Amino acid sequence: MSAPPQPRLRKAAASDGQKRPLPASLSRNAPLVPVDSAGGQALAAVIAILTFLAALCAGGAELVAASSAQWRSEIAREVTIQIRPNAQRSIDQDVERAVALARQAPGVEQAQAFSKEESERLLEPWLGTGLDFNDLPVPRLIVIKIRQDAKPDFNPLRQSLQRDVPGATLDDHALWVSRLSTMANTIIGVGVFLVTLVLIAAALAVIFATRGAMASNREVVDVLHFVGANDDFIAREFQRRFFRLGLRGAAIGAGAALILTLALGFVTRSLRASPTGDQIEALFGAFTISWSGYAVVILIALFVALTTGIVSRLTVRRFLNENG
Amino acid sequence: MARVRVKAFDHEDYHYDEGTAPVVHFENVGVRYGMGPEVLRDLTFSIEPNSFQFLTGPSGAGKTTLLRLILMSVKPTRGLISLFGEDVSRISKDELTGLRRRMGVVFQDFRLLDHLTTYENVALPLRAQGKEEASYRAEVVELLRWVGLGDRMHMLPPVLSGGEKQRAAIARALIVRPDLLLADEPTGNVDPSLARRLLRLFIELNRLGTSVVIATHDFSLMDQLDVRRLVLGDGQLHIDE
Repeated sequence: MSAPPQPRLRKAAASDGQKRPLPASLSRNAPLVPVDSAGGQALAAVIAILTFLAALCAGGAELVAASSAQWRSEIAREVTIQIRPNAQRSIDQDVERAVALARQAPGVEQAQAFSKEESERLLEPWLGTGLDFNDLPVPRLIVIKIRQDAKPDFNPLRQSLQRDVPGATLDDHALWVSRLSTMANTIIGVGVFLVTLVLIAAALAVIFATRGAMASNREVVDVLHFVGANDDFIAREFQRRFFRLGLRGAAIGAGAALILTLALGFVTRSLRASPTGDQIEALFGAFTISWSGYAVVILIALFVALTTGIVSRLTVRRFLNENG
Repeated sequence: MARVRVKAFDHEDYHYDEGTAPVVHFENVGVRYGMGPEVLRDLTFSIEPNSFQFLTGPSGAGKTTLLRLILMSVKPTRGLISLFGEDVSRISKDELTGLRRRMGVVFQDFRLLDHLTTYENVALPLRAQGKEEASYRAEVVELLRWVGLGDRMHMLPPVLSGGEKQRAAIARALIVRPDLLLADEPTGNVDPSLARRLLRLFIELNRLGTSVVIATHDFSLMDQLDVRRLVLGDGQLHIDE
């Protein structure tokens, strides 16, 4: 095609007296699809709420996982030997023998026997004070601390105890660790499931919003087609719009979740010296999430924004294919 | 006024070189909406490269529908349409986009995007082609100044007058230097003096190689130029050479 009527245009423009240097950019780089519609604001609010819920689920799961790991580590580092009284044997000698055997076992850092008085005191919360424990066959306990990072095999110690100290049983808390592990994994699984559900809900909301935006911007889409825009260009424009909306909503939701977590952490720290604080701390630890928890929340926000953009793009492509 | 029917082609043998192919060729084309009667029937005509023609007829005769057929926003219910030598019934979406990029269109209702400034509206076809703003900024400003919108380039269409919107729509159609310009009542909202000026712009564009189709029922406009007239009436097309 020939050149456009440039010379005439230049002459006319010069005669208008408007010839002056142009600014670096005259375009505001405005989105081709209007952004600030009421529907867009509503979608941003929905995404903010869903991201908040997803972040709370993920943060909660992370908190449980961290607390559970702490509990398991503490329990797994402690092994107990229980010696039941036997009328034919001296329980004090049995305790001494068991302590000696325990100290010889590999990986043991410390073996400490509870005295008779200490063992009786352990029963006071259940049986009350002022009771004469001499009439009761109170078992004696030996608490064994395992060295950090050591993973000893207690079967040889168990066999030695069976042989030399009849009536002694060794409890390595494997059952509790296993139960705690199952509980923590279940909670984490439920958390992941809930986060997935929330993300699916966000994707569905975006699909509906995109189809609504396509219908209400039908004229804009037509004009874009007539001026030579292809479907991919139009889909990119919608993706850009929805990604921004999604990012805004996700940032607000994730920010609110992080602020709530920080606030709860602050409250529990301020209650630390009180009985309530002790109970909360016993259950949830310090009620603070680790850096990986913060990272998960931020990743969820980014993932929600990306999902919003990608889902809107795919929806637009499908809409254009269906409707020409 | 002599009425001439353009000779029909046998589309089985219809094959053109890119350089000699009519810009638009219709052969026995008919259109109906839904189950209604045919609003256009047996349309057979060609628009040659570098030609200038008016498309006229009474209101409701189907001028806009015919332009929409050329723009491929309406599909014919029968017949063959080819654009730039390509049968449009067989082209892909990407090819359709490629063909539309060779056309400029001025809509009767302007169809400017209200949330974009006049400058952004005129630059829209270039932006849609993925061009960088730096490569077209001066050209867009120059064209805006030429159509008298130099001091309106940062305004949004809702604050422009009807004539200014018209000129912005025309500038948007011209900015891509189209091979084919379709204009639907392009002087409908402007005073006679500006209408003459715009007509001169279309003539100038035609001299530079663009085929021009102006849909109008303004006889005073058509009388200023002795060119071919495509006359629609009763759903059929007659051509006054």
